[in-house]
Order: sequence, then C-alpha cells, then structure tokens
Amino acid sequence: MSTVLPYLLSGISVGGQYALIAIGYTMVYGILRLINFAHGDVFMVAGILMVYISASGLPLYVSIPLVLVLTALIGFVIERVAYKPLRTAPRMSIMISAIGVSYTLQNLVLYITGGLNQYYPSIPFISESVTIGTATTKMVTIVTPILTLILVVALVLLINHTKIGMAMRAVSKDFETSQLMGIKINSVISITFVIGSFLAGVGSILYFTNYTTVIQTSGSMPGLKAFIAAVFGGIGSIPGAVVGAFIIGICENLIKGLDVILIKSGVTKQMLGLTTFSDAFTFALLIIILIVKPTGLFGEKTTDKV
Amino acid sequence: MTIPEKAPRMQSTKPSLGAVLTGVIVLLIYAAVFLLEQIVPPTSMLFTVLKKGATYALVAVSMNLLNGFTGLFSLGQAGFMLIGAYTYAILTIPAESRAVVYQYYDGGLIQFALSVIPALILAGLMAAAFAFLIGLPVLRLKSDYLAIATLGFAEIIRSIFQWDKLGAITNGSNMLRLFPTFNDFNLKNAQGEVTLYLSTTIPFLIAGVCIGLIVLLLHSSYGRAFMSIRDDEIAAEAMGINLARHKQQAFCISSFFAGVGGAMLAMYQNSVQAKSFTSAMTYEILLIVVIGGIGSVTGSCLSSFLFVACSEWWLRFLDQKQMIGTWEVPLLRNGFRLVVFSIIIMIVVLFFRQGIMGTRELPDLFRKQTEKAQKGGAVK
Amino acid sequence: MTGGVKTILELENVTMQFGGVVAVDSLSMHVDKGEIVALIGPNGAGKTTAFNVVTGVYAPTNGCVKLRGKIIAQGHPTGKMKKLYAGSHIGEYGHLVSSTPDKITEMGVARTFQNIRLFKGMTVLENVLVARHMRMKAGLFSAAFHLNRQEEKRIRQESLDLLYLLGLGDVADEKAASLPYGKQRYLEIARALATEPRLLLLDEPAAGMNPQETDELSDFIRKIKDDFKLTIFLIEHHMNLVMGISDRIYVLDFGRLIAEGTPEEIQANPDVIAAYLGVDEE
Repeated sequence: MSTVLPYLLSGISVGGQYALIAIGYTMVYGILRLINFAHGDVFMVAGILMVYISASGLPLYVSIPLVLVLTALIGFVIERVAYKPLRTAPRMSIMISAIGVSYTLQNLVLYITGGLNQYYPSIPFISESVTIGTATTKMVTIVTPILTLILVVALVLLINHTKIGMAMRAVSKDFETSQLMGIKINSVISITFVIGSFLAGVGSILYFTNYTTVIQTSGSMPGLKAFIAAVFGGIGSIPGAVVGAFIIGICENLIKGLDVILIKSGVTKQMLGLTTFSDAFTFALLIIILIVKPTGLFGEKTTDKV
Repeated sequence: MTIPEKAPRMQSTKPSLGAVLTGVIVLLIYAAVFLLEQIVPPTSMLFTVLKKGATYALVAVSMNLLNGFTGLFSLGQAGFMLIGAYTYAILTIPAESRAVVYQYYDGGLIQFALSVIPALILAGLMAAAFAFLIGLPVLRLKSDYLAIATLGFAEIIRSIFQWDKLGAITNGSNMLRLFPTFNDFNLKNAQGEVTLYLSTTIPFLIAGVCIGLIVLLLHSSYGRAFMSIRDDEIAAEAMGINLARHKQQAFCISSFFAGVGGAMLAMYQNSVQAKSFTSAMTYEILLIVVIGGIGSVTGSCLSSFLFVACSEWWLRFLDQKQMIGTWEVPLLRNGFRLVVFSIIIMIVVLFFRQGIMGTRELPDLFRKQTEKAQKGGAVK
Repeated sequence: MTGGVKTILELENVTMQFGGVVAVDSLSMHVDKGEIVALIGPNGAGKTTAFNVVTGVYAPTNGCVKLRGKIIAQGHPTGKMKKLYAGSHIGEYGHLVSSTPDKITEMGVARTFQNIRLFKGMTVLENVLVARHMRMKAGLFSAAFHLNRQEEKRIRQESLDLLYLLGLGDVADEKAASLPYGKQRYLEIARALATEPRLLLLDEPAAGMNPQETDELSDFIRKIKDDFKLTIFLIEHHMNLVMGISDRIYVLDFGRLIAEGTPEEIQANPDVIAAYLGVDEE
C-alpha cells in the first residue's frame, strides 16, 4: 500500500485537474456537438498568462482572478470569431476550424515565449509540501479534488436551478426548437464557453503548480486526455466527465508507477519500461469504451432518422 | 423540347481535351524539375521545397482520399507515416552500419538490408496492415468519434515504437539513420562526383506514380462507391454498397500511401525518430488538404508545395530581424512566420471554405474554358 | 402461399418498438409476384418504419420478414427490451436473423426514400453508376488499374440507356443536386432500378407533385412494372394514385393493421374512414 499511495494521490490530483478541463469539452459538445480541439490550448494559454502576469509583479489576489477572467474572455472570443460564423456549415468545417484555432494559439505562444519552457510561479499554500502517511506531496494534491468537487456541485446547481441553466439544457436537447421557443442561442453558447474556459483556467493553476513549467504544447496532452475522460463518462454529461477524469487520472498514474510497484511487490525483477504506455493506455481505454459502449458511462442513446 | 428515348451509342473512349492538357502540364513539370536539378546548385532552397513538397503532396492526397472522397474524418495520418518511415528505415539500413545505429541494442535484431523500392512497398503494406487491424473496431464509429479514435491510435503507435523492449527492432527512443536517402539517387562516377542529379526527380516520380494510382482508383467504380458513402451513407448502403468493406478498403489504401509518404519523409530528413510524428503533424496535413480544397487531388498537391514553400522558404524572412535603412521592422523574430501562417489558415478556414480548388481538378479548369467557347459559338 | 401465386415478400407479426414507443405492432402482410401493393395510413402510422424493417435499416423487435420464403430478418426482444416490450407473439421467434441493407439490395429489393437522398456531389450518371457497383465483377485491383474497361463501358451504356428511358438523358452530366425536385424523384427511381431489383419499394414517390405530375407518375409506375417485370410495394398519401394503380392496399393506424383489401373494399371500409377523418367520441 505504501508504494501505491503516492501514485494514487497524484492520480486523484491529476484526475481533478482533468475533470476541470473535461467539463468544458462536455458542455460544448452537449450544445454544439463540437469537439473543441482548442480547449486544451486555452488551458495552456491560461498557464502562460499566469507566468506573465505574476512576472509583472501584481500580487496574487489580483493576478489569479485576472488570469481567470482573461481565460474566460479568450474562450468567449474564440467562439465568436471561429465557431459562430460556421454555425450552419457541415460539422467537419467546425472541427477543422477548431484545429486551426489550436494551431494558432500554439504558434502565438511559441512566438511570445520563444518556444522556451516558462517557469510557473509558485503559489503560497498550494505549493507547500505536506506529508500523508508515508507519502510526501504538495498541498495542491489535496486541494484539487476538494476544489473540483465544490466547483462541480456549484455548476450542477447552476444548470439545474437557474434560468440560464434551463436554457442550456433546452439547447442541448434540441437546438432548433429552443431557438424557436425564444432562447437566445448565441448567449447560451457564449456562456457555455465562458464557464468552460473559466474552469480550464482554474485547472491550469492547479496543474501547472504541480508540473512547474509551461510551453506551447503543454495543453495538447491534458486536453486530449480530458476529452477522452468526457467521452468515457458519456459526452454531454457533467458527472460523467468528472468520474471519467478521476478514473483516467488514477489509472494513468498507477501505470506510471507500475514498474516500481511490481518490483517492490516482487512480481518482476527488472524495469519493464511500462511508463511509456501511460498515455497509450488512456487512448486504448477510449477505443475500448467507444466499441463496447459508445455512449459512455452516463451518456444517452440517440438514433439517426432515416 | 422532347428528350430522345434512346441513348446515343457511346464512341470509343477518347481522352478529353482537359485530360490531354493535364498530361502535357504534368510532363512539363517533370521536365522542368529534371532540368532545374541539373542547372541550379543542389544547395538551393528550391530543392528542399520540391522534395518535401512532393512528400507532403502524397500524404495530403492520401488523407484527402479518406476525408474528402470517402467522408471519413480520420486523424491517424501521422501514425501511419510513422509506421512507413520506420519500416523503410529498419529494412534499408546497410548491415555494416547497424552496429553504429543500434549502438545501445548490440546492433539490433535485423542483419540484412533491402533495396529502396521493395522497402518502400513494404512500408506501405505495413501501414496498410496496421490500418486493417485498427479499422476493424474504429470504422464503425461516427464522424467525430472516428477522428478522436484514430488520433488516439496514432499516439499509441508512437509510444509503442519508442518502447525500450522493442529497441532491438525500433532502436527505442533513439534515432534511426544511415539508410538510403534522396541524395543517394544521384548518379556518381568513380571519384564520387555527381554525374546526374536525380535526388529531386526520383521523389517526384515516386509521389507522382502513387498519386496517379489514387486518381485512377477515384475514377473507377470503387472511387464512385467511396464518394457515395461520403454523400449519403444510408443511401449508399441501400444501393448495395457494403459500408464496412468499402470503408475498410479506403482506410487501408489511404494508409498504404501514407506509409509510403512516411518512408519518403524519412528519406528527406535523413533520419527518423518516433517522437516527431505528433498529432501536430496530422493537423498540418489536414490544413494543407483544407487549403487545397477538400475533395480535390489537384488542390492537395498545389497547397502542399505552397505550404512547404511558405514555411521553409518564402516566409522565412519573418523569423529574422529585418532592417529597412536604419529602421528595424517591428514584430519580426523567431516564430512570427508561424503566427502569420496561422492567421492565413484561419482566414481560409473561415472565409474561403472551398480552399484553392473546391472539388475541382485540373482537367475541369480546361473544360470550363472549352464549354464557354462552345456555348459562345452556339449563340452566334 | 395460396394457389399458384408466388409470394415475394412476407411480414409475419413484425413489431418495431423504440424505447416505450411501439411504431409497428404485429404487422402481418404479404406481397405477391407482379402485384402493386400500397401501404397507407395517417402520418406517424409506422409506414416508413415498416419499410426500414424490410430493407434492413432496423432489425425487428419481434417477428420475421421473409423474401421468397427465405427469412431475411427475425428478432425477439433482448436486453432492456425484454422488460419494455409491449407487443404480442412473444417467444415465437427463436433465433435472431439480420441482414444489412446492402445484402437485402443484393437479393433484389430496391427502395427510394421519402426525403430524397441522392448523392449530391455526384453527377446524375454517377448516381446510377453507383447503383451498378455491386453487380460489377471487377475486384478492387482490376478496377483501380482500369483493367475492366469493357465492363466499365458496358455499365456506362446501360446506365445511360436507363436515364434516357426515364427522361433524364439530357441531364446525365449535371450534378444531382442541381436537378429540379420532380426530376430528383425520378432519379431516385432510376438509381433503384439500376440495382436490378425484383421488388421495388417506393416511399411516397408522389410527395410534392401536382395532380398532373401525379398522373404521369401513375403511368410511369405501371410502365416500369411491365418493362422491368417488377413487383411494387409503395407508401403513398395521394389517394388518386394509390386507388388508381394498386392491386391491394394495407391500411396502418398507430402501427396496427386496420384493413386490407382491394381499392374498392378499402374505400368502403368504415374503420379506414374513421382513421383518416377521426371519429367523435362523446
């Protein structure tokens, strides 16, 4: 147990961070049926913003809210510029636009940073070390799951008990009809992007506190994994995305530690290099779930009309 | 006006004017490439662009076969290129060089070397074989799920090829090198001096033959079946088209050529490393296809050369400080080229969704001209 | 099977249920060789669903479909449907049989679609050529290397002949999407005929046509029936057309068969009149 514990802890922590990103994917997919390939890059940009804003000397109680607001704003602008003009276009066009946005954000950051690793500022309290049982870890490991759950509960309350939440649910059920019923589709979509990006911003603060450096490609892998978490949980379902993210975060970290765990428990004598497969595992999981249960753990079934 | 009930008997198939002109243009391009290679110094950027452009053109057309003609939104291209590149490299490294390349794996497992052409074909076949296995589960998925599943497979392939335990074959995460490259196509005399430059012409030939085969396929009954799947899956199935089989065929054929393209990329780069075949590479090829026009082979070829020329050559100046007199042009420094590039791409994606060619091909351009001329004549 | 008449298509207690909704409820019917049979009923009665079961788009929840006596689809409730199933004849259809739409087309059943589904990016001629693909002998390689020139030339000629026969010869090289609505409907039929069917299913072929066009269509359906030695099974709302050309008519209402008979019998049937006009319930 003592060998497994550190991996389990970091799994839960990473899982929480993936969850915060996954919500953005799942909400956008629920409403627009779009895989927002740029979402992982929004998450990365939030990290870069934090690097530059804190370097300008602003105190944390200003810089953190500022980063979150700017990230939300970026999400809003991306939707307005790159997705709104394509609302009636074929689905492939919007997906390509999303890939284009992802490419643009990465290249912009490459230009600004010169393609060098940027050191993420250490944030007091969550950067501090803490010891649980036999494992020593950063405070952020404990803060993440708690904060994630609080935000998710708040979001679910918002969706189920407010007018805008009702509008979101209506739009995700039937785009055209809700438009006919007088729902302002564009503002609902904008709010969805704002919420998704805001949560990705929170996720980025927690994630990069753990990983300490940001570079233009930092968003792609966490982004893809969070998306897989969303599919795994049943795309369109927020609890599904959260559960999926925790499962993926934990499994991935256990695989990273599998060599060490196997050796310490005496199953194998030498390193097998299984760490290489921690990313591959996530994708294998995706393919398995898509084949066995394409709607994911909590997804609803839809049928095509002939 | 009454329409005759009987169809006219068809003449023996005579190639249209457009087809003839296209053939002439293609021949001229080849002649020009060959001549340029003999005249212009081989260090010119022109050849970098032509070699890489030919490679990318093949890969872009192979992706277009899937995304543009069969309507399968697949993002696995980099993965299949990786398989092709590795297969080619592993099979062609000369036996005497293996000890150097596989220095951490005792010279590796394979101790023979094939010549270039069989290795290229095997590279394609290997990619197609992987595609067949991958296609069995994932081709049943719908558009965006298929995209993400194929992207996932490309990532899995990438990590498998870097796995330490397979090092005796793949050289783990180390580079594969010292295999025959484009420069080895140059004919040399006994003193090692080049007598005939072919290092650009041969890649053009390889890519040309492959693209030609794809075009022939698209103009066959199978090509029509693929396009019917793109236009309406349900109707295609009702017309007796076996969806699973035809999608699988399109997927394997596309991957075959992506594999050959990957092998060409290896020859161009002089070395291969699994970590460079990222999803960013797939995105780049997708954007080439989009700029050229989804569903146009001509467009994919044109935009490949444009894309490579801009990124390797014409827009390079954006990456360096430029002085006009004593005034330093602002913004210009490393990375600016890519920013400009991204903006151009976004403009194409948002405002010129048809790309350069839409779904038209080179012969169509001439057909428009001749039709106009004929109609004009009829009025007179 | 009665007398010397050969039954081509037979549905036996076919039930199609989506979740809790029973779209087709224990439908039994048959279509004999050389007949024109119509399936009518108010909107949402389950007509197109019945077509989709016959053509393999849906697997029946319960019951079976036979083509020339051979079972092509058979089902019984499984999984969650076991609890939800609201139909009858449970337990009569043991093993599951299913055929994909392309297999059924290969067996000689072609269809048109209510909401026209042409291959829009392709020309009129290519639309018909696609339907010949399945009947071609050339494999992938000989086709890709264009080694089957003779065959390709032959099917082009045949397809062109077919287009001329249907009055579409002059638009053979136009994009299918650019055709006027009426011609698109005819192209759908041309494409279905190109698959060499024995049984042709027409899903509301006269939808959106004016009375004159509908009359022309009636004549046309009779003509292709004779020319191509077809059996025709159609869904239609235009009563003039249905009553004019059908040998027999089946009437569906809320998924259930409420009447069956010749056009005269159907027109006099009180249940049918009630279903179409509604009855006052006090």
